Amino acid sequence: MFKKVLIANRGEIALRIIRTCREMGIKTVAVYSTADKDSLHVRFADEAVCIGRPSSAESYLNIPHIMAAAEITNADAVHPGYGFLAENAKFSQICAGHGIKFIGPTAEMISAMGDKITAKETMIKAGVPVVPGSGGLLESVQQAKELAKNEVGYPVILKATAGGGGKGMRVVWHESELEKAYDTAKAEAAASFKNDGIYMEKFVEEPRHIEIQIAGDQYGTVCHLSERDCSIQRRHQKLVEESPSPFMTPELRQKMGAAAIKAASAINYESVGTIEFLVDKNRNFYFMEMNTRIQVEHCVTEEVINFDLIKEQIKIAMGEKISGENYEPRNHAIECRINAEDPYNDFRPSPGRITSLNTPGGHGVRVDSHVYAGYVIPPYYDSMIGKLITIARTREEAINTMYRALSEYVIEGVKTTIPFHLQLMQNKDFREGNFTTKFLESFKMQ
Amino acid sequence: MDFKQIQELIKIINKSNIGELTIEENEFKITIKQKEERVQTFVTAQPAPVYSPGPTQSSQATLSSPAEPAPVAAKPDNLVTIKSPMIGTFYRRSSPDKAAFVEPGDEITPGKVVCIIEAMKLFNEIESEISGRVVKILVDDASPVEFDQPLFLVEPA
Repeated sequence: MFKKVLIANRGEIALRIIRTCREMGIKTVAVYSTADKDSLHVRFADEAVCIGRPSSAESYLNIPHIMAAAEITNADAVHPGYGFLAENAKFSQICAGHGIKFIGPTAEMISAMGDKITAKETMIKAGVPVVPGSGGLLESVQQAKELAKNEVGYPVILKATAGGGGKGMRVVWHESELEKAYDTAKAEAAASFKNDGIYMEKFVEEPRHIEIQIAGDQYGTVCHLSERDCSIQRRHQKLVEESPSPFMTPELRQKMGAAAIKAASAINYESVGTIEFLVDKNRNFYFMEMNTRIQVEHCVTEEVINFDLIKEQIKIAMGEKISGENYEPRNHAIECRINAEDPYNDFRPSPGRITSLNTPGGHGVRVDSHVYAGYVIPPYYDSMIGKLITIARTREEAINTMYRALSEYVIEGVKTTIPFHLQLMQNKDFREGNFTTKFLESFKMQ
Repeated sequence: MDFKQIQELIKIINKSNIGELTIEENEFKITIKQKEERVQTFVTAQPAPVYSPGPTQSSQATLSSPAEPAPVAAKPDNLVTIKSPMIGTFYRRSSPDKAAFVEPGDEITPGKVVCIIEAMKLFNEIESEISGRVVKILVDDASPVEFDQPLFLVEPA
């Protein structure tokens, strides 16, 4: 049994972890930068240690400072939350080296899934469907042409191996466009990442992003807790998540769940994690990546499965066995991420002081947020100030409850994405479950 | 009132606006005063400090980075605070049998080592950035300190 857990994070997830630790009778240590002195997670924790200046690099990403804080408070475990050091293999290893339990996977597991090409190879060996592709880097236009024609099939996408954010990516619909796309993708990759290596994948048209929550214990048992649909994304950032997916069928869930378990078992995964899949219009699904951490949208699963995922994560870290039972969703839950951004001005960040706050309540409403009236949102970290989750018996009711709750959610002093979510909840295609990851590209604020 | 209750009391007062609190209980009386700098609430069960064996200058000077200068902040009544640049355990002397680096009343100059802060078995000598006279030492020997925690009150020269 852990006596004391240090939470190496901030904001709403730090609060989330502290809450569960409280219920489990575990003492908590909050770490904070000087900018987070008045943060709620600092006040709610049993102890708090200031670990540095506002910038993430000097505080929440500063491994020596965090380890020193763990040392002087005699913490026996560290929970990394999400983001920051949650998927930092080195940090997981350093904790282990200090005899402090990292509440998450081992360094090996993190590394196995961190490198995209290695992860894909591991999945292929495990029999998990992956997006067909070149397997490694492309060596010539000729090779690319042959691959696209004989193995992968058009449309294809060329991607930079060192890349991200859409750079060094080109979709190719016909062989006649391939050579030009090949050259420009390489040039862009070289310019953006100093690495012109590109690989090829089948371009999954109008995919849905559907992920499966999994959990594995230290003894090799792995189970899944069904899906979340996270297709509503803006520039690859999730804005709305829900479970069950409106596109799911019992048969697809069974197949994807089995694939997710295979994926996690292939690396002997310990702790909670998520396997992300792309699902095309024919309900073919392909492994995209694995997130070896607790995720922002874990609350959605918690509400439809009635399970405390953080508690499960801590129990697994303490050496408890999981039942191995899979869980299917009951009822319907939706989460809207509330960000301090202006949806009328290209979602420009809006830090500052919250002058007035009223959080929604009532049947079927959950709010996970670390802000309060008078709180100053610092400019150094991400813009998410809260998560609003609604639960109801049907999807339509969950949407209506969300609309009602959003209209009660008053945050003054900063701009928030509440107006965006209100409009989304009234959008015909969204309400009909008719959306893919491309949906927001054509969505316009009224 | 036992030690744990007193600890809790100090924590509560530290977070409040209470300036001074006195409690009398039978033959027991305690007064807790809050000063401008925060009451040191950071208490954990500390084992007796274990200094590295054979503390020669070279082994203690094993630093991953050069000795850190400690940041200062101006105080209204002209006194300046030397604050901790790191997290760890604060030591006033290089080993139990040696004299403390500074005592109240001592004169210090930039570069003078005022204390050691130890973290993960590395001893870091903390140097003063200012000249002046040490007025008060704000932290007990061998207690944990956090980033920016006030360590010394100094009257600048």
